[in-house]
Amino acid sequence: MIVRIMGEGQVKLDDAHFIELNKLDDELLAEMESGDEAGFRRTLGALLDSVRRLGTPLPDDALEPSELILPAPDASLAEVREMLSDDGLIPG
Amino acid sequence: MSDGVMKRMGMIFRAKANKALDRAEDPRETLDYSYQKQLELLQKVRRGVADVATSRKRLELQLNQLQGQSAKLEDQGRKALALGREDLAREALTRRSALQQQVTDLETQHQTLQGEEEKLTLAAQRLQAKVDAFRTKKETIKATYTAAQAQTRIGEAFSGISEEMGDVGLAIQRAEDRTAQLQARAGAIDELMASGALDDPTGMAKDDITAELDRLSGGSDVELELQRMKAELAGGPSAQQQAIEGGPGGAAQQAPQQQHPRLDKQ
Repeated sequence: MIVRIMGEGQVKLDDAHFIELNKLDDELLAEMESGDEAGFRRTLGALLDSVRRLGTPLPDDALEPSELILPAPDASLAEVREMLSDDGLIPG
Repeated sequence: MSDGVMKRMGMIFRAKANKALDRAEDPRETLDYSYQKQLELLQKVRRGVADVATSRKRLELQLNQLQGQSAKLEDQGRKALALGREDLAREALTRRSALQQQVTDLETQHQTLQGEEEKLTLAAQRLQAKVDAFRTKKETIKATYTAAQAQTRIGEAFSGISEEMGDVGLAIQRAEDRTAQLQARAGAIDELMASGALDDPTGMAKDDITAELDRLSGGSDVELELQRMKAELAGGPSAQQQAIEGGPGGAAQQAPQQQHPRLDKQ
């Protein structure tokens, strides 16, 4: 599966790793919903690190659509919440 | 997979990406999506070309078959005529005529399909060229964007450095101010201690009065020494002793007797 880290690039990940990543993803969602900024930062960092560690980076000229998208490493809780709001990632 | 942040962002992105290509978070990502869409379109055109080509081939097969049947009927008609069966020959030629009509129709269809196929092939080629050009442009834009981002980062780094330098400048200013303040304070303390308004905790400094007394007593020491030396020159150690014991006042009183010390002694 191809995962894009926004502002960073794409990574190819073996599906077997998703059990581990999903745990962090669920944790991230919970922290986002509860407004736990510190927890959110920590989990996002851990999630991105895991994706980078487990995945193989795709070359810049690769044209693979990303099946999953992760916020940029410096994205704040508020930004991600906004991205996931009704308006979505792209306004309009 | 659960509906976590990763999946939700992915879904939202896919749903929104083609709606607002130029307003995306990262233009490089939408460029990739746009290119993906173009490739899909190209794929569709190519599939169309392939479909038309398949239909054309099917028509060609049918035409061959009909032409074979037509030739066979013509042959049968010739044989029937040779055997004197004009009725059979007429039947064969009538059937052949009907087949010929079908052949003509199919040939027209075949020509139309061939024209379509050529048009679609040309369109596919043009689209391919456009997609290739877009790919090149996309990569250029992406590279430019990345470079611009890097430049921004460098700019930010520079401004960060200048901010830091500003901080350093401020720190130096503060240090200088502090030094000047300390120097001024030290100067003031020296003056205060010299004037006796401030006690020297080390006990090294002396107030004006003590200094004057010291100076005066120092002066009397000199007078005493002078007396002692004079006594030494004039006579023995007893005279010296007397002079010393007498003190400055005594010495002054005894001064007229110094011309005859020996007599005094005796």
